[in-house]
Amino acid sequence: MSEALVVVGNGMAATRLVKELSSRALGKFSILVIGDEPRSAYNRVLLSSYLAKEIDAGSLDLLPRNWSRQAGVTYMTGSAAASIDRRAKTVLLANGKSIRYDKLVLATGSQPIRLPKPGMNLPGVVTFRDLQDVSQMIAAAKSRARAVVIGGGLLGIEAAYGLKRIGADVTLIHIMDRLMERQLDGRAAAMLKDAIERKGIDVKLSADTAFVEGEACAEAVVLTDGTRLDASLVVCAVGIRPNILLSQSVGLDTGRGVKVNDLLRTSDPHIYAIGECAEHRGVCYGLVEPAYDQANILAAHLSGKSSAAYEGSMLSTNLKVSGVSVFSAGDFEGTKGSQSIVYADTAGGVYKKLVVSGNRLTGAMLYGDATDARWYLELMRAGTDIGHIRESLAFGQGMAVRMAA
Amino acid sequence: MNAAATSALTRTTCPYCGVGCGVIVKPLEDGGVEIGGDPDHPANFGKLCSKGSALGETLSLETRLLYPVVDGGRASWDVALDRVARGLRETIEKYGPNSVAFYLSGQLLTEDYYVANKLMKGFLGSANVDTNSRLCMASSVAGHKRAFGSDTVPGSYEDLDEADLIVFVGSNAAWCHPVLYQRMLRAKQTRGTKFVNIDPRRSANSESADLQLSLRPGTDSILFAGLLWLLVDSGEIDVQYVSKFTDNFDESLKVSRQIAGSVEQVAFVTGLAVEDVAEFYHLWASNERVVTLYSQGVNQSAQGTDKVNAIINCHLASGRIGRVGMGPFSLTGQPNAMGGREVGGLANQLAAHMGFSPEEVDRVGRFWNAPRMATQEGLKAVDMFDAIDRGEIKALWVMGTNPVVSLPRADFVRTALGKLDLFVVSENVARNDTIAAGAHVVLPAAAWGEKDGTVTNSERRISRQRAFLPMPGEVWKDWEIICNVAGRLGFENAFGFSSAAEIFREHAALSSFENGGTRDFDLGGLLNLTERSYHSLEPIQWPVNDGGFSGANRMFADGRYFTASGRARFAVIAAPELGSHTDSRYPLMLNTGRVRDQWHTMTRTGLSPRLGGHRSEPFVEINTQDAVKYGVADGGLVRLESESGAVTLRAVVTDDQQDGTIFAPIHWTDEIASHARVGALVNAKTDPFSGQPELKATPAKISPVSFPRSGFVMSRTRMAFDRESFWSWSAIDGGFACRMETDRSIEVLLETLKKLVDGPVETLQYQDEYLGIDRFALLRAGRVLAIVFLGSERASTPWAGLLPAWTSEAIGEGHRRMLLSGQLADGCAPRSATVCACFGIAGDVIENILAQPDGSLEKVGRLTRAGTNCGSCVPDMRKIMQRLAANAPVELTVA
Repeated sequence: MSEALVVVGNGMAATRLVKELSSRALGKFSILVIGDEPRSAYNRVLLSSYLAKEIDAGSLDLLPRNWSRQAGVTYMTGSAAASIDRRAKTVLLANGKSIRYDKLVLATGSQPIRLPKPGMNLPGVVTFRDLQDVSQMIAAAKSRARAVVIGGGLLGIEAAYGLKRIGADVTLIHIMDRLMERQLDGRAAAMLKDAIERKGIDVKLSADTAFVEGEACAEAVVLTDGTRLDASLVVCAVGIRPNILLSQSVGLDTGRGVKVNDLLRTSDPHIYAIGECAEHRGVCYGLVEPAYDQANILAAHLSGKSSAAYEGSMLSTNLKVSGVSVFSAGDFEGTKGSQSIVYADTAGGVYKKLVVSGNRLTGAMLYGDATDARWYLELMRAGTDIGHIRESLAFGQGMAVRMAA
Repeated sequence: MNAAATSALTRTTCPYCGVGCGVIVKPLEDGGVEIGGDPDHPANFGKLCSKGSALGETLSLETRLLYPVVDGGRASWDVALDRVARGLRETIEKYGPNSVAFYLSGQLLTEDYYVANKLMKGFLGSANVDTNSRLCMASSVAGHKRAFGSDTVPGSYEDLDEADLIVFVGSNAAWCHPVLYQRMLRAKQTRGTKFVNIDPRRSANSESADLQLSLRPGTDSILFAGLLWLLVDSGEIDVQYVSKFTDNFDESLKVSRQIAGSVEQVAFVTGLAVEDVAEFYHLWASNERVVTLYSQGVNQSAQGTDKVNAIINCHLASGRIGRVGMGPFSLTGQPNAMGGREVGGLANQLAAHMGFSPEEVDRVGRFWNAPRMATQEGLKAVDMFDAIDRGEIKALWVMGTNPVVSLPRADFVRTALGKLDLFVVSENVARNDTIAAGAHVVLPAAAWGEKDGTVTNSERRISRQRAFLPMPGEVWKDWEIICNVAGRLGFENAFGFSSAAEIFREHAALSSFENGGTRDFDLGGLLNLTERSYHSLEPIQWPVNDGGFSGANRMFADGRYFTASGRARFAVIAAPELGSHTDSRYPLMLNTGRVRDQWHTMTRTGLSPRLGGHRSEPFVEINTQDAVKYGVADGGLVRLESESGAVTLRAVVTDDQQDGTIFAPIHWTDEIASHARVGALVNAKTDPFSGQPELKATPAKISPVSFPRSGFVMSRTRMAFDRESFWSWSAIDGGFACRMETDRSIEVLLETLKKLVDGPVETLQYQDEYLGIDRFALLRAGRVLAIVFLGSERASTPWAGLLPAWTSEAIGEGHRRMLLSGQLADGCAPRSATVCACFGIAGDVIENILAQPDGSLEKVGRLTRAGTNCGSCVPDMRKIMQRLAANAPVELTVA
């Protein structure tokens, strides 16, 4: 008799976990996935491409249509988990149903933050997290909306780019003095700003939102310096917060997220957590790559591989931001005592910075050409001595191999 | 070959050294030309050297001057020529005829030379016409005249084929006259001709020598003075010839015995081993067919004339002159130094091998119908520029030469030029160091391939240079320019020439005018050439005075000389002494010379990628002991200093160089390199008879120089960077490249380059601050304009991997991404210097083949063709082979 494994959450981490489990240990578990969104799992990373009409809705699907039947996974979509009875090892659903588990995995993800400023709940103010948000943005753009996007991080930029592509008039405002400050250094951020502006998006930095103005719906965003930006659509993309209400309510150890150990296990030995809701060694990741790492490790662990352990992910961003490849990882700013190798082709839209400490690659920042991102990550993760390939490093793995040969 | 193709071919003559090779030019459909040796030309029988073979790469118009320039701005011919004519007239009116001067060149054609000489000596009334030939063979001229009464080269190239012994004195013919040298090597192979090489340094010429005599600089005449009495003592004197055809033998012999009384004394003075001296004397005495071949090592000396005469004395005494396979033989450096001598384009000649005796002045004056004949010698080159400095010469017209690079004390020369009231330059390049010295008027002259006329080579053979290219821009032929100025001065009747042939006829007529066998130089047989027969004139040796077209192979077999007595004269040789001496301040003796693949100041050869690879940088050779003594590292930079100037060069440590001596080639200019005009160092001590400066013995000192940063720059055009840094351009396909050593920051270089390329550019940059590596590239619309690598790039041609970027008008995305890696192609191009310039084969490729168990020069030739064309790289390949055999690490050319 197979064990009952219940997964709460039907996002990208959950999907990776069940896919891994079905390939590693088909039949070991009877798997049930509970998701509150009404549709099957989709690729959240591609939402911006969908907004920009670069792909259609069908391309968002993470799994082929008949996959669940073949893999023996049961899905309950459109149902939220309300509580957990840890002693009875059951999950209680909002619709009153109770589901027994032998092992429970929490993959509840996170939710977008709305700025705690007046007017943020007016109609016309949306976040950028799920398909429903995107549908609202598309609808607004159809009526040639003036849009203000709050937040110059990755999501905000993607929202601004997508909206511009589908016909909106877009202003992007960011509270910091450079875009994507957590992923880009000043030079890359400036190149990105330039690239975005060339696409016709107005970018305002060091712009602090005071409130959203409007009677029945949003009409303008007013900044603390008094600037008033007309807006029939306001997209608030200022960050995410792990979804831990459920975990907190049943007494699991939590911090910013649900605390897990290297086996991704929570304070309850039968309950695991992965993805954006999990906090591992004090870190909550907001990116898909660590979530996949965690899902892979957990799948290995659950399928009996005793050596499996999660030791954290190298922070890296490898994304296309409004058509530009951007990658950053590790100590890309270059802390004191490190050495930087810099390559820039400004007109060609390429900038690379590689940070070296003690003959090891410790950070990388790529803008415009991220072909070798994976290679740099491998070098960083493996701690490879790069002394002999240092001069080839910025020109990629092909070059390094050629020169070493 | 079909008839149409044949008619498209042009037979002409190479513009480089005095061998005077026939060249066949075939136009290609893409506008370029194919260059080949003329199999029917008696100088080369189809062979060409690396420089000649690369002529096709030097014909682009990028560096050319295409319109007249007056006071730095474009001007019409009318304005420019008026300025020249008015300037000359006013200067003469105010200061007299000796306040004007022409400084000409062995690159001019005979016809150009003739009208320039005629204008100055017959119509302006001064003999201030001198030429860069003063730096080249003036001592040979003086030596010939002292001995023969005429400036006559007695023999022919055929004698080199027929000799049993060839003695090279001060000649690196293997590099400087490669085609002739190969011809001698064939004689060595077929008839076992022995080679003796007399030269203070071991050169490429030493590689095939049976005996190398690395004598002390300047002691050549002692060696030959000793030979003279040895010939007497060993009974090798041709008593009959001496007594019938010569004068002054006893006096000459007496002095020779005083200064070179024994083999031991000769050995002591020359620094040679007694056995080597004895061996040389034995070889000379026992081979009747001996040619003593000499070049700049003899001529460029404060006692050059004595050296020439010391050699000629031995040939006269043994009667080994004017017969097959023997004689003294002066190898000329320039394509038409001989033509210049024939027209009399030197300050101490009047015209057509006539001097300044009243009869001669009268004769020439009547022939020219000249209003204002020069009646005495003018100022020779060194004196001429001294007179300019003193303000005595106020107007100077330089034609086809670059005295700010080539004259001794070149910095002094540059300063002197600034004092002129009128400074005119006829040139085919838009910029050179002489123009940059402040020329008021620069006149665009025709270049090789455009101009049409005759040149004379080292064996008195007149050959046609024929045009095969249209005249570009507003360019004129030199003779047209000179005649036009003459016309503006009111001499249109005497200068109303309408073709080069017409000038040649007059030149020939003057040579035979009232000659009657009194003068060696006689073209009487050519004075009726029609335009057509001039056009198709076959190479011919003078004199041609029998009315036919058969030139003379040899002179003086009959014992008829052109002195007053009709007899040859033995010169008395002074004890040798250099013009200047080393001391504690300047402890090293600087020798100068040429390299294999460059010519003079590189205005033409500097454009050829093939030729740039052999020696890409200005360098100085120093031997190991001195290198250690002065802290000089092989491949490092050094500052050379003399009393008159300084340069910064790359050091090459080699024991080919004697203790206490160093050697630096003369080619690099301010246009091409940062600070490498070796002429600035050279002192101006001159030979008392010839006025030729001692270019090969200047006291100098050496000290190491180092810069914090090194790397290279590539660019579409040559640019001038700061002269405190070290840089030196050589041509690559599509542009130029130089290694650079500097203390400038990358930002300064970047700004400099951006200013120089002018206009909007895209910048690519790479920096590894910790390793001190900085690189950048400037592009416009995908076209690479400049690339700079600074940091640790120290290999000899570190830019090899970037060459593909320069041959395309716009580089692809892949190349753009990899550009600053310096490696655009798998395997890339070779990293060592070019050895074979004809086929562009690098040293490492040759070394790989030679290192194989069955490696041989033949195999290298079979696989790469290296060494199979001009053969001038064979000495280099032998060197590699010897080093491989000695199991020593091969030191491929550093420079």
